Amino acid sequence: MLRYIGKRLLIAIPTLIIVSIFVFSLQKLLPGDPILVMAGEDRDPQVIEYLREKYRLNDPVVYQYFYWVSDVLRGDFGISLRTNQPVLTLIKQKLPVTIQLALMSMIFAFAIGIPAGILSAVKKGTLTDYIANIVALSGLSIPNFWLGIMLILFVSVRLRWLPASGYESPFVDPLRSFQTMLMPSFVLGTAISAALMRHTRSAMLGVLQADFIRTARAKGLSEWVVILKHTFRNALIPIVTLSALIFGELLAGAVLTEQIFTIPGFGKLIVDAVFNRDYAVVQGMVLCTAVGFILMNLVADMLYVLLNPRLRGQS
Amino acid sequence: MTLAATTTAPPAAKAARNESRAWRKLKSNKSALFGSVLVFFFVSIAVLAPVLPIQSPIATDWGAVRQAPSAAHWLGTDEIGRDLFSRMVWGAQASLLAGVVSVIITVIVGVPLGLISGYFGGWTDQLISRATDALLATPFLILAIALAAFLGPSLTNAMIAIALSAMPVFIRLTRGQVLAVKTEDYVEGARAIGLSHFRIIARYILPNVFPPILVQATLSIAIAIIAEASLSFLGLGQQPPAPSWGSMLNVAKNFLEQAPWMAMWPGAAIFLVVIGFNLLGDGLRDALDPREID
Repeated sequence: MLRYIGKRLLIAIPTLIIVSIFVFSLQKLLPGDPILVMAGEDRDPQVIEYLREKYRLNDPVVYQYFYWVSDVLRGDFGISLRTNQPVLTLIKQKLPVTIQLALMSMIFAFAIGIPAGILSAVKKGTLTDYIANIVALSGLSIPNFWLGIMLILFVSVRLRWLPASGYESPFVDPLRSFQTMLMPSFVLGTAISAALMRHTRSAMLGVLQADFIRTARAKGLSEWVVILKHTFRNALIPIVTLSALIFGELLAGAVLTEQIFTIPGFGKLIVDAVFNRDYAVVQGMVLCTAVGFILMNLVADMLYVLLNPRLRGQS
Repeated sequence: MTLAATTTAPPAAKAARNESRAWRKLKSNKSALFGSVLVFFFVSIAVLAPVLPIQSPIATDWGAVRQAPSAAHWLGTDEIGRDLFSRMVWGAQASLLAGVVSVIITVIVGVPLGLISGYFGGWTDQLISRATDALLATPFLILAIALAAFLGPSLTNAMIAIALSAMPVFIRLTRGQVLAVKTEDYVEGARAIGLSHFRIIARYILPNVFPPILVQATLSIAIAIIAEASLSFLGLGQQPPAPSWGSMLNVAKNFLEQAPWMAMWPGAAIFLVVIGFNLLGDGLRDALDPREID
């Protein structure tokens, strides 16, 4: 197992290096000279030279990259041009909000996606399967920002049941926090539940054809014990590999969902940074997301080996 | 046809036979047909937009601000009196153009990279594979947002950003297909008679890895349309006053109480065109699945 983890970590290193080169290169895509913008309208040559020295822009690009990487490794992602705060501090402030949104969305996604996937596989070829598939396809095709807008229109504007926007910390007012997060997490959870349903269905269908399921049925076990204890437990293994995909979906979905419901989280931070031309923040966030994604992939790989006894021996 | 004839048939003839079976299978798939009708409808609207007898999508009418759907304005008007029907029609052009062009860019760049990576292996493969992993490590929309932010907001840059973000999937898919095909007897044979690498790839490998790429391209158009709408919704795609379904939704969310119809049409259109491409892609996948054909 340790050897396997070591091998996976070794493979992740070149990926991380390429990610860092990519994120560093982003600033080089910027049209025009950013120092001229920073120097203000006067464009005093002395100020320009000072800024060039300060940001080490007089050095060759390769040196600039290594300076940047060594800063990042020490936790210095740069300073936000807008708030003057370190980028890492900003990310740390906003991340808990998005984590709350993500956790609530996961509850919706699992509560809808997994039962629907199981039901669809067990009732394959029936009306239930057909309806579940249509719902899943619709979930994958509906733009979640539109779903959010429609929910605001009907639930908040027309029925006035839930607040249309805003955020409250669960440590300050738990009920208000739950109310403000209910619609956004449903919107985000819907898209993930559709993917989850499709994967659960296909994994369940694969296991249902296995010999040990026939044996379990032949032993006279009840159908639900066969489905939940024998089939679903084994179908869970390929579903685990989805965790990295879900992580990506949650972060990308959070960008739009937080924008619609005005939630001050990670997603809104990146959009605000884009419009304020706060490039250090954009770079820092892309790098954090990529590192998080690579780590999630590692965790998913390890869980896959841990859950599958046949792979445990090999690794 | 005898068994001998079947086994000795060249790959091209076999591919042609499979193609006609796949076509028959696709035509008998009702979901795929429904998807094709939806796609055809939206493509027709987008192509015919310049010749349709509709109002200008950017002409404002301050006397007809936020009007509900009526005989004069079938889908109503927006916050500055522009006709929503004509904006929807022209918006179809922006959405489909972004979807199709970004996928074409992805295929033109990604498929050759996947072919090279899978066919030659070694260091080239390692380099391309690690770069693909790096691109895959950033969620699609975050990568597209970051690229659109650094390249500057415009429909063209949104298309480039979407194309770059979608590329790793195509590189990986093509590479995997090439690895499966390159050990086949007919490729070994082509190599044995001394054909150049280029000819082997173009004549023997590409036609056999094409079906899954076609399926992925169809499904990717759906993803690219949602991505373009998302970028335009955030203000990073099509710039005003030019119409785009995403940017129309961005404005509409501010007038939900006064003019709810403004938010309904663009979202419904995105949903329908995306479901169309998804149904068509699923149908193509079933029809081209070799396990079903052979």
